[in-house]
Amino acid sequence: MGPLNRRKPRTRLSNSMLLFIIAGVIFLLMYGIAMISFPVSFRQFQTFFDFFNLNAALFIATLGMCIVMIGGGIDISIGAVCGLVTMACAMLLQSGAGDIWGALFLALGIGLAFGLMHGFLIAYLEIQPFIITLAGMFLAQGLLTTLHKEPLNVTKPAFVALRRFTIEIPWLGTVNRLGVFIPCEIKPSVIVVVALVVLYAALMKWSRFGRNLYAVGGNRQSARMLGVNVKKTIFLSYVLCGLTAGISGFVFLMTTGAGNIGNGSLYEIKAIAANVMGGVMLNGGVGNLLGAPTGTLTLLTINETIRAAGVQSNLQAIVSGLLLYLFIVLQSVIMSLREGREFKLVLPSWLKPHRVQDK
Amino acid sequence: MPRLRARFDRLSHLFFPLSVLVVLLIINLIKGADYFRITMINGVFYGNIPNILFGASELVILSIGMTLVSAAARGQDISIGEIGAISSAIFVQYVLNADGVTIWTILAGFLISCVAGLVIGAFNGTLVSFFNVQPMVATLILFLGGRSIAFIIDGKVSPILANPISNQIGTVIPGVPIQTPIILTAVFIVLVAVVLKTTNLRLYVEAVGVNPSAARLNGINPKRVIFLTFLIMGVCSAVAGFIAVNKAGRHDSVNLLKFIMMDAILAVALGGNSLAGGKFSITGSIIGAYTIEVLNRTLLRLEVNPEAIKAFKAVFIIVLMVIASPVVRASARRLLDKVQTTVTGSSVPQAGGLSKAVVTMTDSSAKREE
Repeated sequence: MGPLNRRKPRTRLSNSMLLFIIAGVIFLLMYGIAMISFPVSFRQFQTFFDFFNLNAALFIATLGMCIVMIGGGIDISIGAVCGLVTMACAMLLQSGAGDIWGALFLALGIGLAFGLMHGFLIAYLEIQPFIITLAGMFLAQGLLTTLHKEPLNVTKPAFVALRRFTIEIPWLGTVNRLGVFIPCEIKPSVIVVVALVVLYAALMKWSRFGRNLYAVGGNRQSARMLGVNVKKTIFLSYVLCGLTAGISGFVFLMTTGAGNIGNGSLYEIKAIAANVMGGVMLNGGVGNLLGAPTGTLTLLTINETIRAAGVQSNLQAIVSGLLLYLFIVLQSVIMSLREGREFKLVLPSWLKPHRVQDK
Repeated sequence: MPRLRARFDRLSHLFFPLSVLVVLLIINLIKGADYFRITMINGVFYGNIPNILFGASELVILSIGMTLVSAAARGQDISIGEIGAISSAIFVQYVLNADGVTIWTILAGFLISCVAGLVIGAFNGTLVSFFNVQPMVATLILFLGGRSIAFIIDGKVSPILANPISNQIGTVIPGVPIQTPIILTAVFIVLVAVVLKTTNLRLYVEAVGVNPSAARLNGINPKRVIFLTFLIMGVCSAVAGFIAVNKAGRHDSVNLLKFIMMDAILAVALGGNSLAGGKFSITGSIIGAYTIEVLNRTLLRLEVNPEAIKAFKAVFIIVLMVIASPVVRASARRLLDKVQTTVTGSSVPQAGGLSKAVVTMTDSSAKREE
């Protein structure tokens, strides 16, 4: 049996892997451009770490969205749930009724409640995910404004200590103009992000749930015929997404230290954009979980570069929209090149005769 | 008799949205019996019903376009508010830069804004149909950048549209007893109805939505149909933007038609349409749009705490969707049958739903094996 095993069988690169590689290359490219254009800020490691320090909540929210998107669904309530959690936790901490652990459990509880509701309604009652999570978004926003309208600063000493707490990396850092070595700093929330990324990536890669989710997202009918419990898988994906939104709310509070109505607003849109940049398809079944943080990094790099370039704030939105357009078109062209083995997108269909393959 | 029955079956999908609307109206009636009262002030009808028709006019127009997009492209356009903001910004600039505003200026401005809507719709449509991008992702681009484009066209914070003709379009024309946006909406609905009756649009859109490959085999180009629906969506958004900006009297690029895509998608779903494409009912969507407006006004009328309105709306939507969900309906029907059999003592043939499901499953599996 030796000769058979000697050479590894050449497997074709999966779509998920290809899109992930594209996403990684795009991120490196963007960061490279940023480093060349703005060497002072982008060559410091601290700038890179600050992406995580300041946007840990967005990273986490994107992970949850990624899981739902791989399962072929969508959850547009994550931003509102994140905001609701920050406000609820801030109120709990501020009222003195609970400590940090209590707040953490509250955050997980709220996230879990929304996740269970969405999961049950979408998986077992077969309601369209967009509408149900839209209702979830309205519910979370309504509860948020009912709870408290003004911004609420958390002044509890234990929490402030947690918020101020930073971890220094002694071997990484920059020397400032005076010749003093300043080590890089990361916040505890970064560790949460890294832990969750590793955990979820392992879950999607090796667990039965992860594999089932890819099967369900790719083709629900055939997954059912293969004996996958489709409903349970979808249910679990939404529960996980809700839970992740709860965690992201707590991390948001750890970053900003205040409950506010505007917290986490538009996170759902940012998360979708980040996932698309990271090579996760909205159709489902395609995408690498590591694409979610990669896409978020690309999104943040673009935003930071535009901001560093001093572009007027209105142009910023247009430029980031244009870049998103470029990525989407690039992804689409690469995917069609790969599937069709012929380039058929340059010309509109009525300009040349050809077969159309549609999903 | 069978003909009547067929006709009833064809209209049965409207039963659910209509019953929701009726329930809401009854709630309003219980709250105050003068709900339907219409008063005449300065020769114009005012009251709750005219207000609802007036308030929902943009949403109705947008939900018509959204129905077509959902049916053909199997996804939603989330940039409709932004398209409306951009096209109406162009309209406002045209009117402000013209010397002497006449009805022709307004008309020309309106046509230019419709062309702008077409161009933007073509942008979205190209991405969706020729580049195979999911609709929500493709329209995300304009959702992110659209309002900034509108602001740049405006050039300043909010240009004011102070001329008598746009004022009349936004409110009432002297001598006409109905507010102008209601008339415009009615005209638009009639136009769409005529187009759907006289052309093959409905057939093509449904065919593409049900199965693009099958449509292709039957000689329909799915890409072109999807592209067309996005063009229509662009025009619908431009018309809605035109009405909204004339109503407001000024062009606020940040808040004009903000987040209206959520309501439009909701209207499509409330109307009994699938968001995953296929058969569609424009009538259902229109009823859905009016239902949303009635719901918003009902919550205000019931003096719900303004902070909690969104939460109530959410609960209402969830309850509606649970009632309308196929699973709940099937189990309710089973329960009903059981009650019927125990009451009458005879068995009712109830294999309909089940056998249909089995047939569709085997159908699709057979297709896949091919």
